[in-house]
Amino acid sequence: MTELRTAVEMSDALRERTVSSAELLQTSFDTIDKTDPQVKAFVSYADRDLLLAQARQVDEQRAAGKELPRFAGVPIAIKDNIAVKGQPLTCGSRILENYVAPYTSTAAQRALDGGLLIVGKTNMDEFGFGSSTENSAFQPTRNPHALDRIPGGSSGGSAAAVATGMVPWALGTDTGGSVRQPAAMCGVVGFRPTYGRISRYGLVAFASSLDVIGPLAGTVEDAACLTEMIMGRDPRDSTSLPDRADLHSAPKKMRLGIPDEYMSEACQPEIQEAVQRAAQYARDLGWTVDRVSLPLTEYALYIYYVVASVEAASNLARYDGVKYGYRAAGAPNWDEMIDRSRTYGFGAEAKRRIMLGTFAASAGYQDKFYLNATKVRRKLSDEFAAAFRDFDVLLSPISPTTAWKIGEKIEDPMTMYLQDIYSVPAALAGIPALVIPSGTDNAGLPIGLQLSGPRGGDANVIAAGRALEKVLTPA
Amino acid sequence: MLSFDDVVARYEPVIGLETHVELGTQTKMFCGCPTVFGAEPNTQVCPVCLGLPGSLPVTNKAAIEATVRIGLALNCSIASWCRFARKNYFYPDMPKNFQISQYDEPLCSDGYLDVEVDGELFRIGIERVHLEEDTGKSLHVGGATGRIHGATESLVDFNRAGIPLVEIVTKPVPGIGARAPEVAKAYVAELRDVIRTLGVSDVKMEQGSMRCDVNTSLNKLGETWGTRTETKNVNSLRSVERSVRSEMIRQGNILENGGHIIQETRHFHEDTGESTSGRSKETATDYRYFPEPDLVPLAPDATWVKELKAALPELPRVHRARLTAEWGLSALDMQSILNAGAVELIEQTVAQGASPEAARKWWLGELSRHANERGIELGDSGVTPSQVAQLQKLVDEGKLTDKLARQVLEGVLAGEGDPAEVMAARGIEVVSDTGALTVAVDEAIAANPDIAEKIRGGNQAAAGVLIGAVMKTTRGQADAKTVRELVLSRLSN
Repeated sequence: MTELRTAVEMSDALRERTVSSAELLQTSFDTIDKTDPQVKAFVSYADRDLLLAQARQVDEQRAAGKELPRFAGVPIAIKDNIAVKGQPLTCGSRILENYVAPYTSTAAQRALDGGLLIVGKTNMDEFGFGSSTENSAFQPTRNPHALDRIPGGSSGGSAAAVATGMVPWALGTDTGGSVRQPAAMCGVVGFRPTYGRISRYGLVAFASSLDVIGPLAGTVEDAACLTEMIMGRDPRDSTSLPDRADLHSAPKKMRLGIPDEYMSEACQPEIQEAVQRAAQYARDLGWTVDRVSLPLTEYALYIYYVVASVEAASNLARYDGVKYGYRAAGAPNWDEMIDRSRTYGFGAEAKRRIMLGTFAASAGYQDKFYLNATKVRRKLSDEFAAAFRDFDVLLSPISPTTAWKIGEKIEDPMTMYLQDIYSVPAALAGIPALVIPSGTDNAGLPIGLQLSGPRGGDANVIAAGRALEKVLTPA
Repeated sequence: MLSFDDVVARYEPVIGLETHVELGTQTKMFCGCPTVFGAEPNTQVCPVCLGLPGSLPVTNKAAIEATVRIGLALNCSIASWCRFARKNYFYPDMPKNFQISQYDEPLCSDGYLDVEVDGELFRIGIERVHLEEDTGKSLHVGGATGRIHGATESLVDFNRAGIPLVEIVTKPVPGIGARAPEVAKAYVAELRDVIRTLGVSDVKMEQGSMRCDVNTSLNKLGETWGTRTETKNVNSLRSVERSVRSEMIRQGNILENGGHIIQETRHFHEDTGESTSGRSKETATDYRYFPEPDLVPLAPDATWVKELKAALPELPRVHRARLTAEWGLSALDMQSILNAGAVELIEQTVAQGASPEAARKWWLGELSRHANERGIELGDSGVTPSQVAQLQKLVDEGKLTDKLARQVLEGVLAGEGDPAEVMAARGIEVVSDTGALTVAVDEAIAANPDIAEKIRGGNQAAAGVLIGAVMKTTRGQADAKTVRELVLSRLSN
């Protein structure tokens, strides 16, 4: 059996019946058994016998000539903040350590309807709070390219699972960069579609106005196919978009912009060189490439940490030990019970965000922090919209550095937050952004580049990524 | 100690009312769960109204429509664009520990409701009408009182969580002096009738589908408004009036003794008619309102709003004016009908064939007395308008006297069935057989020779004694008028 790396290759082989779903699944299990004890990408695995039975059923149906969805029988991993009925849903938090999802999210359901086999739930920073997956209450995930380094975060588990070939693709979630940054750190593709493109129903909320589900995959094509499988209007999510995006539109010549503010000295030189290299390839393709200025970029990080924390503090209020999740025993009254439950249940970073968000929305400070942040957020969106009148796609770094060492920044939250500087603007504007791998730095660590487009312009972003991927990551 | 009269002689009250109305939609505000009252605890719940991780709210259009109709009936402007907001506070019966409500962008604002007290018209300004979700209910077990104090366990029922709740807030109402308690009551009653007319809620205060908070402050005549208190848990029309009155007296006495009013929440106690202090402003929660990011903004279409406005039913005040004319009543008559909560009951009784006068006589007389004695609402006495109409028909047909009709009504009130059934079961009927009556009359004359002599002598007033005796022997079933005629004819020479 030749090595099948991408979901498209697997699907083709399954349909040509040169491989069975059971074999694919077994390969996935073998890779997990060999790799995951070191990488620690997963926090829970689905029942293997059950999965194999499902795979055999797919194989039998296909053998019987039954019409099946294109990707039926292909494995997938899902980040542990997306609900799959009967599977744990920990969100990387002790407060949900023993919580099992009683219903299935729309995204996971559509993956299941597409015949995908969910092999397990992947590790993450608690509730998405972090850029390194070190804030998982259970374990840090390791970067497959250098086990002493972080895989990025918060979807570090999903990125590592794809990078090691444990699964061809995975679902992650991106609130301020949590799909894109780990994709870059692990050398895979990560896509944050337009806000609302994929239903959030069943995605455990971090910051509702920013949260987006997105694929991590080996290729842009795989990312596009997975997005198509799960996107579209969902009556259970009123913020879901009514229209679908055509992610297989014909390639065209693009007008590419490179925002000056993303090319500062804060950015590692090899990453800046990678951007310039990509720009040159784009010119070679006959595209136009120009500089563009997005002056509000410098405020993005502040806006993000205010807005995201205000929403997070509110979204996390429900974890009180009354109905589900961890409840401290022996408390004399309800106030004490909730105090003790939350004190034990939440990690340091979750507590920091709750305090930050509570403060930024409190009486006397709301105008200064939260309301100002939402105003500037709107201006930032307008600034992007204006730029996209001149450009189809913006090209930029996604992270100022490649993967750092585990423990290096964990004691210094401000430095950690600064890592999100290139990923949060697109999230605040709700625009689609794709990360594709683009070689390595001098230490051999993967570099990722970000392509972003206007709100709803997912097709252009994917098309640009497909074109540049060919030259940036030769097979 | 100042009396109420003393207080209003020295101080001017300003009141304000916040009324919560549970909408009677089929499903909850943000999910598809049913809203039936009284189901087994935690049987009408789903991931959304339980606030389970990952669930999202979706707005119930029927609730938006009902709220817009309430707003239109209260002469409000309807927002062309507005958002829900999160009101953040921790409470065990709050599934998400925030309530989806509306803050600075209410769906309806700036309207009014006209109410009448003793023929005088008061225009109550409406500040806002907004929509929110209800909370669950806590139950404390193991203690003696059923309250949290002393309880060993608290249980939570989330059936009510997520039921759509409309909050109607008045503007401050100054300048009503001693009328404040009555105006407050009249406003809530009128609001209840408006909402009932719209058919969007059953507005039952005793079941909690309509709940009232009353704000009260006092100021010296001509001075700026005083510090207000908010009295919660005011759950009947009578309590609205009593709570305003008692709070005015309480505040008046504090001010008179040189004290200051503390801005606080107070809890009204139905049994004593007094309120006790709740939380003060110093310990008030900071709700940290911000726009609900899980819901798209509401943007009621102007044409749709226009259609809803055109389709509003005849509202109670207009309706009452029409009935007053149709029934040939004075404004005062209608006021007393309104005060008794009898408009609809009389209307239905008339629709069943009774004359307006007769219907009014029964509902304001016998039946009001009955309801008052038991401290219940007139409509809850157990007698239907149809039964009252049947009763009156039997009187009109001469099958019952007024007195007998009252006995029959007792039976109906006791749940013995329709008037005809009560008559049959109790053996009540007018004795019109003159033969049997003549015997009874002759017996009465024989037993009271002196009285008979007086009547023969021309003293007709003395006939009452003989009539009474006959009524006694016939167990009240004779027609008094017939008996009187018989007595006089037997004793006329």
